Amino acid sequence: MAADSEMQTTGLDSILDRYARDPNALLQVLREVQELHGYISSAAIGHIGAKLGIPHARIEGVASFYSFLHLRPHGEYRVLFSDNITDRMLGSQALMEQMCQQLWLQPGKVSEDGLVSINTTSCTGMCDQGPAMLVNGRAITKLTHQRVQEIGHLIRNRTPLADWPADFFRVEDNIRRSGPLLDNSIAPGDVLRAVIESGKDVVEAVKQSGLRGRGGAGFPTGQKWEACRNAPGAARHVVCNADEGEPGTFKDRVLLTRQADLVFEGMTLCALAVGARHGYLYLRGEYRYLLEPLQGVLQRRRDSNLLGKNILGQTDFDFDIAIHLGAGAYICGEESALIESLEGKRGVPRSRPPFPVTHGYLQQPTAVDNVETFCSATLAIQMGAEKFRAIGTERSSGSKLISVSGDCPRPGIYEYPFGVSVRQVLQDCGAVNTRAVQISGPSGMCIAESEFGRKLGFEDLPTAGAFMVFDDSRDLFEVARNFVHFFAHESCGFCTPCRVGTSMLKQTMDKIAAGHGTRHDLNEIEHLDQVLQTSSHCGLGRSACNPVLHTLKRFRPAYENRLKSLDFEPAFDLDGALARARQMTGRDDAGAHLKTEET
Amino acid sequence: MTDIFQLDGANIPFEPGQTVMQAALTAGHYIPHLCYHPEFKPHGSCKVCTVKVNGRTAASCTMPAEAGLNVESNIEEMNGLRRTLVQMLFAEGNHFCPSCEKSGNCMLQALGYDLEVHTAGFRHLYPDRPLDASHKDILLDFNRCILCELCVRASAEVDGKDVFALSGRGITKHLIVNAESGLLKDTNIALTDKAMQVCPVGVILPKRVGFSIPIGKRRYDQRPVSAQALDDAPRQADASGSCDVCEGTP
Ligand SMILES: Cc1cc2nc3c(=O)[nH]c(=O)nc-3n(C[C@H](O)[C@H](O)[C@H](O)COP(=O)(O)O)c2cc1C
Ligand code: SF4
Ligand code: SF4
Ligand code: FES
Repeated sequence: MAADSEMQTTGLDSILDRYARDPNALLQVLREVQELHGYISSAAIGHIGAKLGIPHARIEGVASFYSFLHLRPHGEYRVLFSDNITDRMLGSQALMEQMCQQLWLQPGKVSEDGLVSINTTSCTGMCDQGPAMLVNGRAITKLTHQRVQEIGHLIRNRTPLADWPADFFRVEDNIRRSGPLLDNSIAPGDVLRAVIESGKDVVEAVKQSGLRGRGGAGFPTGQKWEACRNAPGAARHVVCNADEGEPGTFKDRVLLTRQADLVFEGMTLCALAVGARHGYLYLRGEYRYLLEPLQGVLQRRRDSNLLGKNILGQTDFDFDIAIHLGAGAYICGEESALIESLEGKRGVPRSRPPFPVTHGYLQQPTAVDNVETFCSATLAIQMGAEKFRAIGTERSSGSKLISVSGDCPRPGIYEYPFGVSVRQVLQDCGAVNTRAVQISGPSGMCIAESEFGRKLGFEDLPTAGAFMVFDDSRDLFEVARNFVHFFAHESCGFCTPCRVGTSMLKQTMDKIAAGHGTRHDLNEIEHLDQVLQTSSHCGLGRSACNPVLHTLKRFRPAYENRLKSLDFEPAFDLDGALARARQMTGRDDAGAHLKTEET
Repeated sequence: MTDIFQLDGANIPFEPGQTVMQAALTAGHYIPHLCYHPEFKPHGSCKVCTVKVNGRTAASCTMPAEAGLNVESNIEEMNGLRRTLVQMLFAEGNHFCPSCEKSGNCMLQALGYDLEVHTAGFRHLYPDRPLDASHKDILLDFNRCILCELCVRASAEVDGKDVFALSGRGITKHLIVNAESGLLKDTNIALTDKAMQVCPVGVILPKRVGFSIPIGKRRYDQRPVSAQALDDAPRQADASGSCDVCEGTP
């Protein structure tokens, strides 16, 4: 026992020291302990708590909030199948079943020998090269029956992850159409240098470019930076939101792979504009494999005096960037939840006002922007406002990266000027017989064929980038049901309407899927939507009903075909209630089921 | 001159830094609430206090008061919403009022009566939430927890003990205690703690005094929750204190 707990605390001090025993780094410490030991033991919590001065229960509370952190041993190999609808359309469910059979395992359980666990996880951002999975946090793409079988063997033989075929871990950029952002080849530091030399006012330049946030809401970026600059505070911060959790979105991943310098240059320009000394890149845990390459870019920039003290010889221009990794929580993409997470806490959205521009990281003024926004800011300054505005439309200047996935022969990244029509994108990616497109992910819009003439941009269809294509073989009810499960899984649980409402919605959709739905259930969905829209604490709850409402409006038969003609059907399923007994007795024959009436 | 906003047609004066809820209660106007407590910084999680402000909905306990606001609270639309939220809280936990020793002293139950919640409204989730009877003087019945975090806040801010915290996410979110064993007996809680007094429902209960006041003679048996909340109001929160232990507080 003593030896055991000693084992569980080895290596902790060097991790804690690397974070200078900063309580704000709690999540980063826990994430590293998870990587080191495969789980976070009670002994480890006790040790960390003593060193950081944080109560045991509060650390437990933080660790239990994040999907990728485990408080109990969870297998030497932790396999998570990405469960976005696009993964499912590529056959992920059958592959997971295959793997469970091969390794004699039930989803969500740890094998008896403690070797492996298999489960699902929310979209891992590999929709253009799925089905995808994470093994001990490392992304694996393009799963096939053969690849899954090989993985099963490697796990059984306890082959260290480092010795697995490198091919498994290859992540493609799949750039199908490029534009000024992706084609940009300006040397690192040139835009920054030009700004410093000319004394240009960055805030003014960004304001004039008309740049609006690319994370979804479309807030004018220059205005945000100005508010941050003008807010009183002892220190200011720049935060890059690379949480990219919206299912079907993977453009930030490609920007961070291809154009990391543009991102960091944008952050540095922002720091210059608002007077910040500290910057943070909040990178989703699913993109863990990008950590070392990105740190390499940061180091190169430090070596070139583009980060650090007296940047480019400017006295008093000190700025550096640290990378924080998330650990599996979509809600941490919401800017105030992201800041809580940066502070090492549970990722719960704050009450707003006050907003992050005045009370952000450590209650100090903070500019939080999306990866693509920082890239575009660099580009806007490089090109000049006039040229930048010439791209796109009146109220949506510049270009936009679209992440195309689903039913089309050419999924991947497409850069377009704002104002491109849905039909054009469908044509370019080679989609045929398209029934629907999900714009901007589950929290966005589902549109039908009659609307394919609509244009991407803040005037018509605002988008954070996801573009999921469904052809006429797809069942839009199942698409909506997948999204509803996503929201229920990702609700942070802070406020009543979303915590309970998303679960109720999930139950209702499952009830309809099981053939027990009635018109009453459709009414209940509309009622739930009303409650979630009007009383949720943040955007997650407010948009959680969208997938259902949008598909109900456009594809109502997909729901009605499943309804019983009754007006009301109790949710209690007698046969379903026997499932546990069947499992315990190992029976699944006809005699172990209650007869269901044929209709 | 003090500033004024409108609440259901009445003029409500307020001090800078007050929220709509704080100003309303101080002025003798009740807005239904659960997670708000006059001695603590507003939390904003239950959403029972949702009102319409200039046509848009907002939680009144966290919404800063501003001159000229037009706040609508006692309207059917908002009361309907509150009824649903209360139904959600009942459905989320396991509330068997007839056998609960907090019956009559419970804010959730009282609010249910006040808002005329007559039906279940939702399928109940029947979560599995084992009791913690380990402590010799105190019982924890998690079945009734509505996750308002008042105990978390009281223990951290007033008692300086951090006995309670939250664990899990979404619908699996639940209350835990600060001990490696996970048991209350291994914490430093005491009967005299503030955390013992704040639970609006029947989770944190001193042992052996359960039915000393008979049902029918209890707090909300005398007067409805709306009247009693106003009695509590003048004890105002210190709006400046920043608390980083509980969810969602800036
Ligand atoms: C539930 C939720 C999830 C979000 N996820 C992301 C995200 O993954 N990435 C992102 O950039 N913004 C996300 N946002 C938007 C952010 O809150 C914020 O508006 C954005 O980072 C601001 O940057 P921008 O102005 O550059 O768009 C999310 C918002 C909500 C409500
Ligand atoms: S709406 Fe959902 S995600 Fe947002 S605060 Fe409420 S529970 Fe959390
Ligand atoms: S135990 Fe009581 S006070 Fe604590 S969170 Fe639950 S309901 Fe609130
Ligand atoms: S009383 Fe305002 S949210 Fe609970």
